[in-house]
Amino acid sequence: MEFNSIADFLDMGGYAFYVWLSFGVSFFALIALLASSLRTQKKIKQTVQARAARDERVKAASQLENTL
Amino acid sequence: MWKFLHPYAKAQRSYELAGTLLPWFAVLAVVSFVLGTAWGLAFAPADYQQGDSFRIIYIHVPSAIMSMGVYTSMAIAALIGLVWQIRLSDMAVAAMAPVGAVFTFIALFTGAAWGKPMWGAWWVWDARLTSELILLFLYLGVIALYNAFSDKALAGKAAGILTLVGWINVPIIHFSVEWWNTLHQGATITKFAKPSIAGPMLWPLLIMLLAFTCYFAAVMLIRFRNEILIRESHRPWVKQLLLKSA
Amino acid sequence: MFKACWSVIERELLSASRRKSDILNPIWFFLIVITLFPLSIGPKANTLTSIAPGVIWVAALLSCLLSLERLFKDDYVDGSLEQLMLTPYPLTLLVAAKVLAHWLLTCLPIILFSPLMAVFFSLDWPTFWAIALTLLLGTPTICLLGAIGVALTVGLRKGGILLSLIMLPLSIPVLIISTLAIDAASMSQPNIAYLAMLGAILVAAITLAPMAIAVSLRISMS
Repeated sequence: MEFNSIADFLDMGGYAFYVWLSFGVSFFALIALLASSLRTQKKIKQTVQARAARDERVKAASQLENTL
Repeated sequence: MWKFLHPYAKAQRSYELAGTLLPWFAVLAVVSFVLGTAWGLAFAPADYQQGDSFRIIYIHVPSAIMSMGVYTSMAIAALIGLVWQIRLSDMAVAAMAPVGAVFTFIALFTGAAWGKPMWGAWWVWDARLTSELILLFLYLGVIALYNAFSDKALAGKAAGILTLVGWINVPIIHFSVEWWNTLHQGATITKFAKPSIAGPMLWPLLIMLLAFTCYFAAVMLIRFRNEILIRESHRPWVKQLLLKSA
Repeated sequence: MFKACWSVIERELLSASRRKSDILNPIWFFLIVITLFPLSIGPKANTLTSIAPGVIWVAALLSCLLSLERLFKDDYVDGSLEQLMLTPYPLTLLVAAKVLAHWLLTCLPIILFSPLMAVFFSLDWPTFWAIALTLLLGTPTICLLGAIGVALTVGLRKGGILLSLIMLPLSIPVLIISTLAIDAASMSQPNIAYLAMLGAILVAAITLAPMAIAVSLRISMS
């Protein structure tokens, strides 16, 4: 450990603002990109599933109509 | 000779392969991010000139390296897509561009936050900063062009061409910017003595580079799978796959 | 084959002569932008002389890109672009001819107007020469590069802003080297190296860009 105390560590030798700002913004950007990618994936899956389910229902309905 | 690669030109195989690789890259990225950040922030010795502000290097340098590396990978993928007409390659270009843009943004932002205490200004028109800014514009152009098309197959091809044209331009841009900079203001403020980086400082840097690479691979694979799902959403295998997982 | 190219050029010139505003608008735009700068910065001759190269080049770049948007648009709408692609001649040559015609119509008039700039910005003789030469060597490159962007966006409804967004970063080298050449000339230093660089970039663009334009057009039309 390069620092003597937690307070020292947080202070970053007087450069706290710049160091923590850099790390904070960077990780925020990385996580935001990851989250948006995952959200897109979820949305696509939902759309495709909804459409597939609808196709199934249409098929079932037309079958029912045929049997009637 | 390259025949073993052919099955992967099929979307389903690529989708499955991406799914297999994804967890490995994800785990490796998380582990190396935690390790590299902790080591870099807490355990690496402070720089004798710049004190603790140099710790920004552990994000700045890997993201800057990756911002250029990602663009090169995009250009290679675009070339493959253009020459062999492989659609998946165009999808890979589209999947990589946003990751590269975020890396470029991070490199610029951390550069600014490092420059303020060191040079006394958030921004100087240094050759490397300027080149990086133009690289960000190139990324944004590719993304904007890709999003402008509603037909994603066309969009992929168009974005691929723009990527290649941009890639040919990158060295010209870099040299002209360097030239412009040295002639306009002299490299006095910006070039600080580059310390030959020593072992205890270097290790965390390499780990962070690994972390950025694995993050790039993981997010790119997620986005790549998204692209495949969007474009193949009418295929039976996609429906089967998604109904099974539901 | 050259006859085909010539007929493409002839057709462009003819259709432009029927619609004079197509030729006049870019020049007008260029003049207005150039006039805005002294009005916003102030009439001091020293300041104006020092910013002149940048102002003139940025204005030329913008008017060039703005007029480029129409390069393939009308032909795309009325279907003659498709006809052009169906001819037995290589598309690469035909698009090169089209870009050349466009350059003759929009950029050459700007270069012919550049003596006026020398008056507006009280430039000396060598500086003016450098501006004219860099425009002569640089604007064809801009047209060729921009034409790639136009070919990529021709099928889109809102291509205008997108075109500048994707093409301006690529034109930065030409802009930088041109202003460096003009700066060198205004300080009466030799600037032949910069002009040679511009020439080299132009040759590279002439060689590579028509191919990229042709490929992009084929993608846009498919």
